[in-house]
Amino acid sequence: MKIAFASGKGGTGKTTVAVNVAYILQQCGADVQLIDCDVEEPNAHLFLPHRIERTIPATVKRPVAAEDHCTGCGVCADYCEFNAITVFKNTVIIFPELCHGCGVCAWFCPERIITETDRPIGVIEGAMAKGIRFLQGRLNIGEVMAPPMIRQVKEQAQAAAVTLIDCPPGNSCPLIEAVRGVDLVILVSEPTPFGLYDLSLTVASLKELGLPAGVVVNRCNIGNDELYLFCHQENIPILAEIPHDRRIAESYSRGGLISEDLPEYRGLFASLWKNVLALIAGKGGQRPTDRGGTAA
Amino acid sequence: MKIAVTAQNPGWTELLMTRFGRAACFVVVDGETKEWQAVENQQNRQATQGAGIQAARTIIEQGAEVLISGNVGPKAFRVLQAGAVRMFRTDPASQKTVADAVADWEQGKLEEIQAATVEGHSI
Repeated sequence: MKIAFASGKGGTGKTTVAVNVAYILQQCGADVQLIDCDVEEPNAHLFLPHRIERTIPATVKRPVAAEDHCTGCGVCADYCEFNAITVFKNTVIIFPELCHGCGVCAWFCPERIITETDRPIGVIEGAMAKGIRFLQGRLNIGEVMAPPMIRQVKEQAQAAAVTLIDCPPGNSCPLIEAVRGVDLVILVSEPTPFGLYDLSLTVASLKELGLPAGVVVNRCNIGNDELYLFCHQENIPILAEIPHDRRIAESYSRGGLISEDLPEYRGLFASLWKNVLALIAGKGGQRPTDRGGTAA
Repeated sequence: MKIAVTAQNPGWTELLMTRFGRAACFVVVDGETKEWQAVENQQNRQATQGAGIQAARTIIEQGAEVLISGNVGPKAFRVLQAGAVRMFRTDPASQKTVADAVADWEQGKLEEIQAATVEGHSI
């Protein structure tokens, strides 16, 4: 079973929920794997003491042209969707930072003078942390190609009873790559206009992908009821509500796990997981409550 | 010598455009005869990234040795420099026409661009 944690807006609590669900499941004796796919700034490791046991380089293909044999035909530049290669008067200029490594330039070069080499873009790290199989991707500083990095991190995943994927924020290519192939997406949001707006974009993306989703409302006692109304209208179940509690913020700021530091919250994450299982089994989670009483 | 000017519309008396990679079009003029022709840049305007790179390639392919624009980013600068195109800038606030810009260049009034004038936009 593969479950992703996404949000749209950053800083809503994706990682917090992911690491706590991982911890609760591990405590129940489950075989859990947690993959941090927020490769531009992975942070799940902050909450899971560990020692890196394996390191695998992540690479993308980089074209190299034998310029001396270039006829200047420009086919490579014409076919490059990303404008990463340009040709004039037998001069070939390649911009590796724009290259997606698709290989179309090498494939179509009539003179066969373009070859591809591997360009490192980051590392994939694996460890055991609190009994959880932990995997993360770290994109090198200055690199922008998150999707190939995320794809390679996911390729390193092992078979596990439960695989949890901590996604990057936003709704563009990195998120799409991170949620590819999961059974369900847990959307961690906050009941604020900003949280709702970005959540609505993610919900629209997931609809296109045909992926089922449930919402975890973090800091549920702030903001307004619009998020609940939206979930009701979209028929998206609320999986759990986490209150705005100073002790949670304190635990988080120390790199602690809520479910370890504040045992009274264990039940919350356990019931969240129960709702996830029910949703996957097609029984639906807890329905959105009637808190949004202003609906016409 | 051919001079390329970034323009808002294809025409000798049209306003200069101060963006390079995503300029509406390029007016390429023969410095001696003042005969000009416009080159559309529609495809580049819609490019997801690297518009300046391909715009620079267009300028080089047109045989221009001089470019007059407002700003040139780092990647376009690299390509234009490799293609031996000299770059000059007009004040973005000056609202010059293509004809004015070419006249200013002929009189040596334009500042030559020695390095990218703006950060890259694509990513």
